[in-house]
Amino acid sequence: MAADKGLTFWQRLYLPEIIKGMALTGSHFFINLLLLSLRLIGIRLKGKGPVTIRYPEERRELAPRLRSLHRLTRREDGSPRCVACMMCETVCPAYCIYIVAAEHADPDIEKYPIRFDIDLGVCVFCGYCVEACPVDAIRMDSGSLDFATYSREDMIYKLDDLLKIEPARAKG
Amino acid sequence: MPTVTIDGQQIGVPEGTTIIQAAEMLDIHIPRYCYHPGLSIAGSCRMCLVQVEKTPKLQIACYTPVSEGMAVHTNTEQVVKARQAILEFLLLNHPVDCPVCDQAGECWLQEYYMEYGLYDSALLEDKVRKRKAVILGPHIVLDTERCILCSRCLRFCDEITKTHELGIFERGDRSEIWLYPGKVLDNKYCGNVADICPVGSLTDRDFRFICRVWYLEDVNSICPCCSTGCNIIVDYNLKRPHAAKGRRLMRLRPRYNPEVNKWWMCDEGRYGFKFVDASDRILDPARKENDKLKPIPWEEALGRVARAIRALVDEGRQEQIGIITSRWSTNEELYMARRLFVEQLGVKGLDHRVPGNIVGQDDGFLIRADKSPNSKGAELIAVHHPEGMDATQIVQAASQGKIKLLYVLHHDLAEAFGNKLIQKVSQNTELLVYQGTNFNQTSDQADVVLPAAAWPEKEGTFTNYAGRVQKINEAFAPPGRAWPDGKIFVELASRLGAPFRYICAEDIFREMADRVEPFKGMSYSSLGLTGSLVSSQGE
Repeated sequence: MAADKGLTFWQRLYLPEIIKGMALTGSHFFINLLLLSLRLIGIRLKGKGPVTIRYPEERRELAPRLRSLHRLTRREDGSPRCVACMMCETVCPAYCIYIVAAEHADPDIEKYPIRFDIDLGVCVFCGYCVEACPVDAIRMDSGSLDFATYSREDMIYKLDDLLKIEPARAKG
Repeated sequence: MPTVTIDGQQIGVPEGTTIIQAAEMLDIHIPRYCYHPGLSIAGSCRMCLVQVEKTPKLQIACYTPVSEGMAVHTNTEQVVKARQAILEFLLLNHPVDCPVCDQAGECWLQEYYMEYGLYDSALLEDKVRKRKAVILGPHIVLDTERCILCSRCLRFCDEITKTHELGIFERGDRSEIWLYPGKVLDNKYCGNVADICPVGSLTDRDFRFICRVWYLEDVNSICPCCSTGCNIIVDYNLKRPHAAKGRRLMRLRPRYNPEVNKWWMCDEGRYGFKFVDASDRILDPARKENDKLKPIPWEEALGRVARAIRALVDEGRQEQIGIITSRWSTNEELYMARRLFVEQLGVKGLDHRVPGNIVGQDDGFLIRADKSPNSKGAELIAVHHPEGMDATQIVQAASQGKIKLLYVLHHDLAEAFGNKLIQKVSQNTELLVYQGTNFNQTSDQADVVLPAAAWPEKEGTFTNYAGRVQKINEAFAPPGRAWPDGKIFVELASRLGAPFRYICAEDIFREMADRVEPFKGMSYSSLGLTGSLVSSQGE
């Protein structure tokens, strides 16, 4: 057989190679078992042990500039900072933001959104909305990356949903 | 006739022409805020400063008449610097709340700042705060902070409407536009002040916050709200259908036509388009079944109407057919109705003169009592048969059972003749067809309802009271399964065995210009942007 070509006699014996392989895998297994057991009691050897993390119990540290799930920031009274200027809606290359504005009772605020939907099923996470916002009302710093849903409708985040999302970590 | 040189280009202009007008003739744009060709000259904004040779200081182009041999420079270093300084001064207390300002995108402060400003603000103190979002009347909101005191709006109220509602009060940086005591900005043309305001100080309450101006697309058209036929621009939004609950037609703006409306339009016309996106638009062809309208395919609806007409025509009972055409239809549609029903089928009972189109009086400016856009066109095309009945007689005959088939276009007969009579018509006719845009009492009584396109959804021409033929253009498609009247006629004609060979509205107009005397020699291209007058030989 073609695949056997180039194999030495020793390799063709089959069993010794299998045992060698098992020994290698086994040694990793037992060493990792030992290292993880040590981690459990607080001993962490630098540069040693498995590099995978145990998602979802354990999370990777996120880069500070990572673009994650959008959120809308709030004024001190909890109302949205957004003034419905439609800059994000305009700049959005995926056309996934839908804003409807209304007249605010306070003439110094003047305009506010009564509808602010982001269709995350369409969003490309480019972050242009955040850059376009003149009042820092939309941010992508929630740190949330796992918002898969079972339906397309659930991918549409409404004004109230977006206002409830908190930033990943409190600003120091 | 003095000859003036502007930026090296020479032009001879009539005596008394100002530099800004002469520059306009040479296609040189001099920035301006307070200057408006339709208003008196204020010279208050100082934005139009230009350099005139042999004068030591810069001159305002809007108020300096040209004189023989004058040489003007509009783009020297001194001028550019002056413009920047003027902009800095005008913007000193401007709140720069562009994100919430409806003018953003069509604001002259933004445009000229990007072109001539681009300075760093040197203001260290707080800006002067003034009143914001003040409702001045039914249509206009005022923001005094954004105002640059160009006084266009108050000149408009003083000179055009002569209603004198607005004035400038206080002094210095506390000056602001305000209403005179006891006044409300509610004259019949007040919507124009939002158009002429070069900044976001005066905004339109109807348009306010419903759509950003950069989402809008526009098309030239003619206002259909009275027989003046003001030239307008239709601003519509299809790109963001979620805005304003799917309303497509966002606003109307006047378009300059020196022969008709100059720069203005009335509020009645400006806000008279709401029916276009109303919830009572007829979306599907329908037939009445157990007193309810049931949507049916076009094929079936047209077939029903055509069969009924054919049957009467074949039996030679043309006098039992009544057609009510409309002064709200375009010339093309009226011509098609005449061609099809009068010329080819020999119907005599065809008329457009349904009473109810005269409301109030002419106001001597733009508003006319005749509220239909095409009365003159209907008259000239002779849609009514000279020996035939008029609309009132047709409806009377239908109620007495003398007319078996009544085909109503656009008119709400119940409004004109009373609901009782229309109920009688419905009972005594074999087929009552209503073709229109919105449901009304007449459509409720109809046996067959055909959904038609409204004026921004079709192409054609209107003839105004003075006989000026002007073109309307399609902005967007009709909703649902509605069709333009022209298409309905074409389909109907082919089912009646008298097919039309029109492909577009222009074909109809060409044929009409050939066959109808007053329209001789006209074509869509000869109408241009300002329209042209019908020949008066026939009168």
